[in-house]
Amino acid sequence: MRRDEKPVLSTHDLTVRFGGHIAVDAVSCDFHRGTLTAIVGPNGAGKTTFFNLISGQLSASAGTVWFNGEDITRLSVAQRTMRGIGRAFQLTNLFPGLSVRENARLAVQAHQRMGMDLFSMADNHVELIERAEHILSEVHLLEKAGQIVSELSHGDQRKLEVALMIAIGPQVLMFDEPTAGMSVDEVPIILDLISGLKQDQDRTILLVEHKMDVIRSLADRIIVLHNGELVADGAPAEVIASPMVQQAYLGIAPEDTQESAHV
Amino acid sequence: MIMKLLSGDHPRSKTLSIVLLLIVFGLLFAPFLFPGTRSLDTAARICIFIVLVASYDLLLGYTGVVSFAHTMFFGIGAYGTALALTNMGASYAAIALGTVCGALAAGLFAFMIALFSLRVKAIFFAMMTLAVASAFLVLVSQLSWITGGEDGLSYRIPREMTTAYKLVQDKFLNVRINGKLITYYVIFFSSLSLFLILLRIVNSPFGRVLQAIRENAFRAEAIGYKVVHYSSVATVLSAVIAALSGSLIAIWLRYTGPATTLSMDIMVDILLMIVIGGMGSMYGAVIGVVLFLITQSYLQNLLGILQESLGSLPIVSEVVSPERWLLWLGILFICSIYWFPKGVVGRIRGG
Repeated sequence: MRRDEKPVLSTHDLTVRFGGHIAVDAVSCDFHRGTLTAIVGPNGAGKTTFFNLISGQLSASAGTVWFNGEDITRLSVAQRTMRGIGRAFQLTNLFPGLSVRENARLAVQAHQRMGMDLFSMADNHVELIERAEHILSEVHLLEKAGQIVSELSHGDQRKLEVALMIAIGPQVLMFDEPTAGMSVDEVPIILDLISGLKQDQDRTILLVEHKMDVIRSLADRIIVLHNGELVADGAPAEVIASPMVQQAYLGIAPEDTQESAHV
Repeated sequence: MIMKLLSGDHPRSKTLSIVLLLIVFGLLFAPFLFPGTRSLDTAARICIFIVLVASYDLLLGYTGVVSFAHTMFFGIGAYGTALALTNMGASYAAIALGTVCGALAAGLFAFMIALFSLRVKAIFFAMMTLAVASAFLVLVSQLSWITGGEDGLSYRIPREMTTAYKLVQDKFLNVRINGKLITYYVIFFSSLSLFLILLRIVNSPFGRVLQAIRENAFRAEAIGYKVVHYSSVATVLSAVIAALSGSLIAIWLRYTGPATTLSMDIMVDILLMIVIGGMGSMYGAVIGVVLFLITQSYLQNLLGILQESLGSLPIVSEVVSPERWLLWLGILFICSIYWFPKGVVGRIRGG
């Protein structure tokens, strides 16, 4: 880790309110190049909302988001994506009526900024298709490239979800529970992929995940959100050990531990 | 070579390929295969409506944007050419100027509508187009000193494009080679070119983005496509091509009025043609238009024949009376939508 460097991504007092409810409450946090940060917290803690604020699906009520020294708080989703913020969604979010290959090809095409090309034939741009197929092979989907997405299994859709994010060539990769609902034998494919991506020191990875063993093996750092507030931030071992996290995230109240000790 | 012209968009079905070939050859040789003013008129309308409906499919079937202003753009093109021919006299310069101005006006107008209403919910865009199109229809009917009002405009076209002009004195295959025939071929080849351009657009990288927007606009945005920009460009393109097809009908009919270009009845016809043929495929537009216009033109004749042959049966002959052709047209459409929910093309392709 190169903590001396300027952060790639940072949030300053990032806040969003839905009516009277504060979903994300003044979260300030820096994310550095070459690191993987796990974001944990109970359901409803604001993890996905925090992601939405960074990738732009939600606009902040207050506070700012900075990317490579630029204030991106007011930019649209597409503008943030083109600057290099990629997102894999928690609820699978694909182009259901198109083929697996076409889904990936569209993402590669976006990265190459070729969308406004009106008069060439899309299928003649072989390099885009090859790049798309290369990414599909990384997520073990190449043999299903011709299938229509709506016919894929849930696990395969999750893999394609990740493939679409990789295809747009982002600097910041945001995974929102990438292994949720996957079968046991499919989980390692995604985890290998994430740790492979982590090897690239130019990338910054944000990961929302519930499985503690996954976090222990991948994360350089854990931040904990609780009721929209950032309540803990540090190295995995110390954060997991802290009583506050034991209570807030793992749901073990101090009294519970005492009671169980009595039993 | 053929695949290149079709932009690699294979019909993907033997039946569909044969039907399409039959339609193309039927239209190409229509003056000789189906002689007579009425059948030539039907053939020309088919050519023009294929372009009109295909340009609408670019919005509805490919991008998933619902617009009710398509006949307005058709009308703008038609009135552009009609006004130029009325005011400048029957010259080719008038046709060219009117067509270009009509297309530009339609594109600009579409851009303004897109700018103001595509950012918000889809239903708002649909309502906006409906309102603008209705207002435009009223405006054209009221501004009678320019547009001729409800009566529309009748004008002359260059002599070489009318029946009065004979290219050769003798008949060829029993058909007079006159200016009307030349006009038909101008319309046929213009329509064919416009259709091939549309086919190229939907198979371009841009066209693929439109499909992505239709499938999931939220995700299209999240992989970096600015959805508003793409749907605005699609709206403008579709309006410009609709305007060009409007210019073609203005030339063919030598008359332009609200009933032939702007009325909501035509908008409903376009929607029916697209649904019958199959949304999201340019070939669907071809099939839908051919089925619809042939049925519309010849159902009355068919019913007349039926009634004559069933003349002895009192109730049945009453039911199939040619006067009830609209009822039968309606029943046919309901049946076709019931049996082919994905349109004829979707059905043929095995969807």
